Amino acid sequence: MTDISLSDHAVAGKTAPPADARSMRLPTQWLGVAPFFIFAIMFLILPTLYLMLGAFRNDAGEFTFENIAALAQPSIVAAYWISIKVSLASSLIGAFAGLAIAIAIVRGGLPEWIRSATLTFSGVASNFAGVPLAFAFLATLGRLGLATVLLNVLVGFNIYAHGFNILSFWGLTLTYVYFQIPLMVVIIVPAIDGLKKEWGEAAATLGATQAQFWRMVVIPVIWPSFLGTVILLFANAFGAIATAYALTGSSLNIVPILLYAQIRGDVLHNAHLGYAIAFGMIVITGLANVFYIWFRTRSERWLK
Amino acid sequence: MKSGRFWAWVVFALGAAYFFIPLIATVEFSMRMRRGAYSFDAYKVVFGDPRFQATFGYSVLTAVFTIILGVLIVVPTAYWIRLRMPQLRPVVEFITLLPLVIPAIVIVFGYIRMYGSNSPLPFLGSETGANALLVIGYATLALPYMYRAVDTGLRTIDVRTLTEAAQILGAGWGTIITRVILPNVLIAVLSGAFLTFAIVIGEFTMASLLNRPAFGPYLQNVGANRAYEPAALAIIAFAITWGCMSLIQILSRFAPRSANRPN
Repeated sequence: MTDISLSDHAVAGKTAPPADARSMRLPTQWLGVAPFFIFAIMFLILPTLYLMLGAFRNDAGEFTFENIAALAQPSIVAAYWISIKVSLASSLIGAFAGLAIAIAIVRGGLPEWIRSATLTFSGVASNFAGVPLAFAFLATLGRLGLATVLLNVLVGFNIYAHGFNILSFWGLTLTYVYFQIPLMVVIIVPAIDGLKKEWGEAAATLGATQAQFWRMVVIPVIWPSFLGTVILLFANAFGAIATAYALTGSSLNIVPILLYAQIRGDVLHNAHLGYAIAFGMIVITGLANVFYIWFRTRSERWLK
Repeated sequence: MKSGRFWAWVVFALGAAYFFIPLIATVEFSMRMRRGAYSFDAYKVVFGDPRFQATFGYSVLTAVFTIILGVLIVVPTAYWIRLRMPQLRPVVEFITLLPLVIPAIVIVFGYIRMYGSNSPLPFLGSETGANALLVIGYATLALPYMYRAVDTGLRTIDVRTLTEAAQILGAGWGTIITRVILPNVLIAVLSGAFLTFAIVIGEFTMASLLNRPAFGPYLQNVGANRAYEPAALAIIAFAITWGCMSLIQILSRFAPRSANRPN
């Protein structure tokens, strides 16, 4: 944007290089981006549209709302509900814990190496998901996991006797938090870095207390990017399947696992219902991302 | 601010505990295979398993092809958008973000229905076709990361001047992209490549639904049937992710700092 150089004029018109004479310009221009658009249309947009249209068709190919209506059956509603609960809980816990850690390492006066080590580790942990993450939590909080055993031996507290189960809502939520917190840290640290020192000084000069500074400056500035990231974390958890599948098999019926079983073996005995489930997932993550983009554009104003 | 620092330490310690206990527990669990003594038996079993070698090799190869495909699609596009069609930037950025909106399981579901063996484009009718479709699917998953990495890299070089200089010297578009632009954004491309590798290597959903003999489904299978090997595999997977991220960090030190921006 800022590189206003002589070469801008070349593109602007008359002194264009001879290689692309006016008449040739339009087709060659588009040729440059054609592979990308063909790829995106064939392997991203069309397959998704195919499912979305399929959600509104019956076996005879006629338009219908039956498939969408069929989503209202109790087992599918329950699957959506537990998916939404797990995604919401893990994104909120991950967001607040991640924010606390980010504030601690950026503004807490901790040594510099802690900040860089935490950021490096967050980069790793936010990408440590899928099947191996499930293994790690089974080894920690499974019936024979280290934490379970140690709690039982040292404190005499048997978490399984007190209703905890790794193959449950809380087990899955606690596992998802492992990649949600670092993702929050990675995204929110730049936002906290964006809080300028001058703002603190200005607030102090005007007689603001530390609490007032946080309440009236920091929180309003961070708020949009925080909320935006919560939504991103939500979508992130909502579409995830590998961790849950490896952790719980099919004992916890979240939407992606239901869809997985449907794709494998038509467990719902209605191919178009599968499309409708996929459609529902796209609607939920899509809505989440619309909000995300909205919050993102609002927060970028401050974080130049 | 003294109490502030105290709380910062508390938060940090709690976070460190949450993140390190599972790692320690996994290491400990992975070494419990031999009764009564810690050993690396689980690792020996894993590394000696021919299925481990085969699936891991398959996934590495898939990752390499994914990276190549990703670079082929992203680099020319990002370059062209910067050079000639900035008006398309919002559209392209929106498309590259779509894989974050559409869950992987939905994308692969679409593939299965659109490219089945009875369709006009029967990718799933042959082994090679299914492998290609997996690479394509992974390339879409990696698209948001690859595009952002390359676009950030392009921002630090003066695309227009480099292109014009190359044109004056008689270079064609192919030469410009492969011998002028690509070397200049190589570090960014490599960062994107390692991130792609980390995402692809243990991916489960797509590989499993396309019935490919990849590392992700193998992991899941071991997890369902064995006790100690999964813990060893989790540590191996963590080490791979760590390796990829460290390489990205090391590379970022060599990356040029914004050449043509005032800040």
